[in-house]
Amino acid sequence: MDRRTVFNGRLLPAILLLPQLLLTLFFFYWPAGDAVWSSLISEDAFGQGWVFVGLDNFSELFADPLYLQSIVRTVFFCLAVSVLAMSIALGLAVFADRSIAGRGIYRTLLIWPYAIAPAMSAVLFLFVLNPRIGLLGRWLNHHGIAWDYTLNGTQAMLMVIAASAWKQVSYNFIFFLAGLQSIPRAVTEAARMDGAKGWHRFRTISFPLLAPTTFFLLVVNVVYAAFDTFGTIYALTQGGPGKDTETLVIKVFRDGVINQDIGSSSAQSVVLMAGVIAITAIQFRFMGRKTVS
Amino acid sequence: MKQRPDYLAHAILILGVVLFALPVWLVFAGSTQDSNAIMRGELSLVPHLSNLSVYARVLTTQTMGSQPVWHMLLISLGMALCVAFGKIIISILSAYAVVFFRFPFRKIAFWLIFVTLMLPVEVRIIPTYAVMADFGLINTFTGLWVPLIASATATLLFRQVFTAIPDELVEAARIDGAGPLRFLWDIVLPVSGANIAALFVILFVLGWNQYLWPLLVATNQGLDTIVIGIVKMIGQETQTDWAAVMATTVFALLPPVLVVVLMQRWFVAGLTEGEK
Repeated sequence: MDRRTVFNGRLLPAILLLPQLLLTLFFFYWPAGDAVWSSLISEDAFGQGWVFVGLDNFSELFADPLYLQSIVRTVFFCLAVSVLAMSIALGLAVFADRSIAGRGIYRTLLIWPYAIAPAMSAVLFLFVLNPRIGLLGRWLNHHGIAWDYTLNGTQAMLMVIAASAWKQVSYNFIFFLAGLQSIPRAVTEAARMDGAKGWHRFRTISFPLLAPTTFFLLVVNVVYAAFDTFGTIYALTQGGPGKDTETLVIKVFRDGVINQDIGSSSAQSVVLMAGVIAITAIQFRFMGRKTVS
Repeated sequence: MKQRPDYLAHAILILGVVLFALPVWLVFAGSTQDSNAIMRGELSLVPHLSNLSVYARVLTTQTMGSQPVWHMLLISLGMALCVAFGKIIISILSAYAVVFFRFPFRKIAFWLIFVTLMLPVEVRIIPTYAVMADFGLINTFTGLWVPLIASATATLLFRQVFTAIPDELVEAARIDGAGPLRFLWDIVLPVSGANIAALFVILFVLGWNQYLWPLLVATNQGLDTIVIGIVKMIGQETQTDWAAVMATTVFALLPPVLVVVLMQRWFVAGLTEGEK
């Protein structure tokens, strides 16, 4: 992996590395260290002094039913978004992989939503599903279905899941399509000649060969749903009604930025970091060579 | 042998296309309709093409107390370009140092960068805000983009690309008396062109689409990006000039969509090659 021929010098590489290292230090390690430190102390209300409280912030956090509910809600949300976004994308990719007329146009028209911001997908969904002005939302209320995600927690959850998954389909589509295209034609042709029909061929040949792509996407989608959807949820519901769409990231923001509870929000940040590190470790454990070779 | 068209595939793909295009069409159609009618619940899919002047109106004048759209677009564009080029430049430099030089602590430097792959902005919201305040970067344009440009992902990508450059090329350059910077400029950058283009698309979209970060570090309205501006507009559900909000939405969607569509070839190849 290391190259044989390299340039000499020590000062130049140091200078080249400096910007990246300094930014990493100031905006990653310093805040991360600060979060760990703040999570271990308790400051008085006026910021005059502090006492070391060890893991008290954490035991308080995990004794808090609201936090535990938020964990369960986040896990459910992540799985729902990932499964929805991945299955729709896989379905579309299977058909876009067939040799049909206009496949290039179909591809472009399915890839462009990659450019939509999470917060913008919320805005688009508002125009479709808002109970008062939204096209579909109004239609539902006209036809006897009491639809109002600003009041009904279950509907709010459905809404943020749909908006989050909608935005992520195109990303998954790109990867599934690339995965399908990398399956050698000889393999699928051989299966065809053996008499394997469409669905059977997909289930026994294509889908197993897509396993690495699927696993990679599952990790990416879970991380997306856990973190990137802040904009979607915050723009649509601010975590409400009540706390019905309050995922862990929304909770950190509400507790730390809006309610200024630094101890608790730092402990929450540390828990989130541990979560991300665990997910990344799992990813590298199973497909390490693919990402860092 | 002429085959029957694959009707099922067309039907499913058209359904998928419509699923994504319909909300955007609705927003476009709504932008040309009367705001009071929309408020009364009369939003429809039929645009009134005589009302396209709404686009000129929101572009140049303040609507609902927000900045005019041209100003928010400028902030978004500045932020997206700075994030994209900033990340690309510092990642190329650091990857180049790690791949083409041998120096003490090389492995450590690489791992220090690599580990941050695991820490998205969202998990370190509060402490990063504190650091920003220490640097006096709250409510500054610099604060909008500088903290976002450290990138383990881009460094990793360029490290892979650079590692694949054949040793013979480096030897030839050294025999010709080319120094490391000359080699970087004349050989390494040109051969990495496709990767840089792909990364540019991903990072431009990433920068344009930021929401949490600007929300946190810029409370000054003069620094509102277009995404922030729209979410503020929809927040006030009474007295909303919906046609203006929808026209602004179209403006917010257009630039990143254009970048993705026009650079689709590099973007798709780059995204799937590097896996992320």
